[in-house]
Amino acid sequence: MKHFARWGLTMPATIAVVVLLIVPVAITIAATFAEPKGVFAPYVTFFSSGFRRAVLYRTLEIALITTAISLTVGFITAYVIAQMPGRAKSIMIVAAVFPLLTGVVVRSFAWLIILGKNGILNAMLISTGILSEPLSMLYTEGAVIVAMVYLFVPLMILTLVGVLEGIPRDLIDASASLGARPLMTFLQVILPLATPGLIVGAVLVFTGSFTSYATPQLLGGEKQMMMGTFLYQRAMVTFDWVGASTIAAIMVVLTLGVVLIMSRIARRLNPMAV
Amino acid sequence: MMDRRVHPILAAFAACVFFFLLAPLVIIIGAAVSDTTYLTFPPQGLTLRWFVNIFQIEAFRTTAITSLQVAFLGTALSLLIGVPAAYAINRYRVELPRWLSTIFVLPILVPEIVFGFSLMKSVTIGLGLPIFISLLVGHALLILPYSVRVVGASLAAFDFSVEEAAISLGCPPLKTFLTVVLPNIRAGVIAAFILAFITSINDVSVSVFLTGPGISTLPIQILAHMEQFFDPTIASVSVLLMFVTVGVMAVVEATLGLTFLTK
Repeated sequence: MKHFARWGLTMPATIAVVVLLIVPVAITIAATFAEPKGVFAPYVTFFSSGFRRAVLYRTLEIALITTAISLTVGFITAYVIAQMPGRAKSIMIVAAVFPLLTGVVVRSFAWLIILGKNGILNAMLISTGILSEPLSMLYTEGAVIVAMVYLFVPLMILTLVGVLEGIPRDLIDASASLGARPLMTFLQVILPLATPGLIVGAVLVFTGSFTSYATPQLLGGEKQMMMGTFLYQRAMVTFDWVGASTIAAIMVVLTLGVVLIMSRIARRLNPMAV
Repeated sequence: MMDRRVHPILAAFAACVFFFLLAPLVIIIGAAVSDTTYLTFPPQGLTLRWFVNIFQIEAFRTTAITSLQVAFLGTALSLLIGVPAAYAINRYRVELPRWLSTIFVLPILVPEIVFGFSLMKSVTIGLGLPIFISLLVGHALLILPYSVRVVGASLAAFDFSVEEAAISLGCPPLKTFLTVVLPNIRAGVIAAFILAFITSINDVSVSVFLTGPGISTLPIQILAHMEQFFDPTIASVSVLLMFVTVGVMAVVEATLGLTFLTK
């Protein structure tokens, strides 16, 4: 009876994950190794094409830049929020959560209005005389990065506020009473204690932006194709399922690799766990 | 952490970040009420006709209904299989292997776009499942981690000796769960429901592969509309979606308090 309860209760969910996620993804990846032209043929095709390599490098580059900016901006903001008194803190958290709960399409669309040729930014720059002609800001790497940072900063803030609030106040007071200046306390106490949280946030943002679809589709277009949009295009526009599966396999290996390595590092770096 | 005074430069920086986060949403609202046929800000004149326009476009009506159905049923389905799993994992923590709880994180770890593509190939086409059913199971699986983890967090704080007391007094297991355990983890179930629902209603990457002729979801329809027309209708749909978000946040605030999100 107890044995049944233990396993039986987890079975429906386990079967759902195996049948609907693990098996389909495994089939997708396995299909890339079953090509008549040779075991690694689809990968040779992928990596020997300058265009495809460029998509991969661009995706990595955009994801890394997005992560770095989101980390910096999110950390400073979370630090300020964590120091606020109760009421102000709640309001700031609400303000950060609201964009987070608004969908990707809506939030990317906002940047379409702002950065467009007849958009708000161009109109402002022209009316103030800084520009004489509108700039083409859409469909650039910068547009994609701005919109991605916009997507992920709230997530970073929420992750880091929790982490920073978890740092015991006593430690900071102790550091100050032992004569450390605020910068010293920050570098020697707060930063090391926040590092595992920073890694978690960085992993979330990196994997999220590396695999994103809607934002690069809307703000990058064909010119700034990223892996997610490339996968969709291969699968649904050109019906090259082997090519799409190869992209899928590369994405899975890269994201799971990053998650595994970084979570291991985060666990090792956690000074509170000792 | 501490309530010492914040350095003015840091405070100014945070103010700029909040401007950056909220200004685009204000711009959408402005564009939605502008009396022009193109998107502009600040609004030229005021009108609500773009909101009326949404309801006259059948594609928005039908996809909104599909989105709501998928979000409700998918969330219910994920809770139906996720809550028992979360219960077993927390109740029999020692006896169950660790990989079992790792399995339920996979839908978050595997890139959504890869998940959607694989599901389309194997389930929609491979098994010949109807589009609506594929969409539903795809969403249920995508949001399963919320059910297991958020409900699990509530269960971790629950004292199972209360449950044992009820059982030893002769209460049958299912009744014990419904009358003793469930009321104690109510907040977790509500939080899981809300997070799952919001994730489902906004999803693009999975849905884009699982929608087909005749059946689509609202975000996919918005994307399609945007590629053809670039008018304030999209802005007004976005505003309506924001209202839904505000409503959901009000519910969260009333039941749990929004600070639970940082825990």
